[in-house]
Amino acid sequence: MSKYFNFSLVVLPVGLLLLAPNSIAKMLPEERSDIMFHEYEGDGVTINGPSVLVRKNYMDSISINANYYVDNVTSASIDVLSYGSPYVEERTEQTVGVDLLRDKTIFSLSYTNSTESDYDAETYAVGFSHDFFGDLTTVSAKFGVGDDVVSATGQAAFEDSLSRKNIQLSISQILTKKLIMGLNLESIDEEGYLSNPYRKSSILMASDSGVIDRQGTWEEENYPETRTSDAVSLKLKYYLPYRAALRAEYRYYSDSWDIQGSNVEVGYTHPIEALNVTLDVRYRIYQQSAAFFFVDFLDASNGEALPTYHGRDKELAEYSTTTVGVGIKWEFLSSGWFVLDKASVSLSYDHISFEYDNYRSANAVGYELGQEPLFGFDAGVTQVLFTAVY
Amino acid sequence: MRRTLKSFLILTIILATGCSISPWVKPYERGYLADPIMSFEPDAVSSNYMHHVYQAREGARGAEGGGSGGGCGCN
Repeated sequence: MSKYFNFSLVVLPVGLLLLAPNSIAKMLPEERSDIMFHEYEGDGVTINGPSVLVRKNYMDSISINANYYVDNVTSASIDVLSYGSPYVEERTEQTVGVDLLRDKTIFSLSYTNSTESDYDAETYAVGFSHDFFGDLTTVSAKFGVGDDVVSATGQAAFEDSLSRKNIQLSISQILTKKLIMGLNLESIDEEGYLSNPYRKSSILMASDSGVIDRQGTWEEENYPETRTSDAVSLKLKYYLPYRAALRAEYRYYSDSWDIQGSNVEVGYTHPIEALNVTLDVRYRIYQQSAAFFFVDFLDASNGEALPTYHGRDKELAEYSTTTVGVGIKWEFLSSGWFVLDKASVSLSYDHISFEYDNYRSANAVGYELGQEPLFGFDAGVTQVLFTAVY
Repeated sequence: MRRTLKSFLILTIILATGCSISPWVKPYERGYLADPIMSFEPDAVSSNYMHHVYQAREGARGAEGGGSGGGCGCN
């Protein structure tokens, strides 16, 4: 990406923002602490753990935040059952950030570290947010760089690296007294080891005589070493004639691996003031095309040359997902208590269905090679969140 | 990415030089918009988690309006 990135294209807008006229002061984010327990369960995989986010402001101009997040992973997914062994691992992620307020502009810095037994990632990000047009418009930008180190359990000699750069641009626009819009653009460049050291392609080679099921077909994957993606999303939220809100979102995505994806989400938020309860329901659909090198099964037994790149990650396949979610939030201590202004507890559940169009159940028995049933599964996502605002 | 950067620069110049435009929704008319139910992401810790759930299981990534980083616990 370095040949494309011109630092002046970021510095100049920041300078313009500093020179822009100011009238009404911008506010720092509210001081709050969140403690969440999360769990994902689907396709033989259970991932759960806590996430703790704390934000504290100082002198009305500095806001510091810290997040501690854990994924406890127990996996017996279809990939694991096809050519591996079930495993247990833990990923921890820590983020620290600071926001500096100057008139109508907030400058942000953050650092994130993610650690697994076989994957370490570090991300640095810098950004700003500025209000325009009498605070009708908020423009935000963020630039991040990251370096990952990839290793593999049981392969002591293997270690590789990956570098990431991303730039985000967001515009929040008040359209009417009851309608607000959000527009987001993001470009991501990755360079380095993008394969998965455990995952395999299913290819029948000329040397595989006598092989009648997938067990004899597994070959090391080979991915391109660069990936560049662009995504744009549009969100709308509307205040209904009674106290409730309707929202809609659309996102379009494309990348240099020929994956094109899009998702649509609609949601409805309905407070019940007498009970201090807020209900939320949502529906989301997502679909994508396959990467140009995705191969569910390749018969190369006639001696044909292997493609330069090939992989069988089901996230590179052609497929769709459908999500239905519900949530309830109960607010209490709304008149304050000790140092707290208010508190709430939220419970949320999302049911996600995955339907694959060209990725098959490789561990199904009694089928010809490459003719197994198409794969699909359902997953559940649960969140319990405690929030204190002070 | 260069296209995104140039679009961003042009947009910023337009916005930074056009701040004298009178707001068509006055500050005292923004009561509905200030209601917490109108926030796109009222609970950042929850929104970031759902972005992570989808990023780890879908090919698309980016433009969610939240943070992003490396590592997914999804091998």
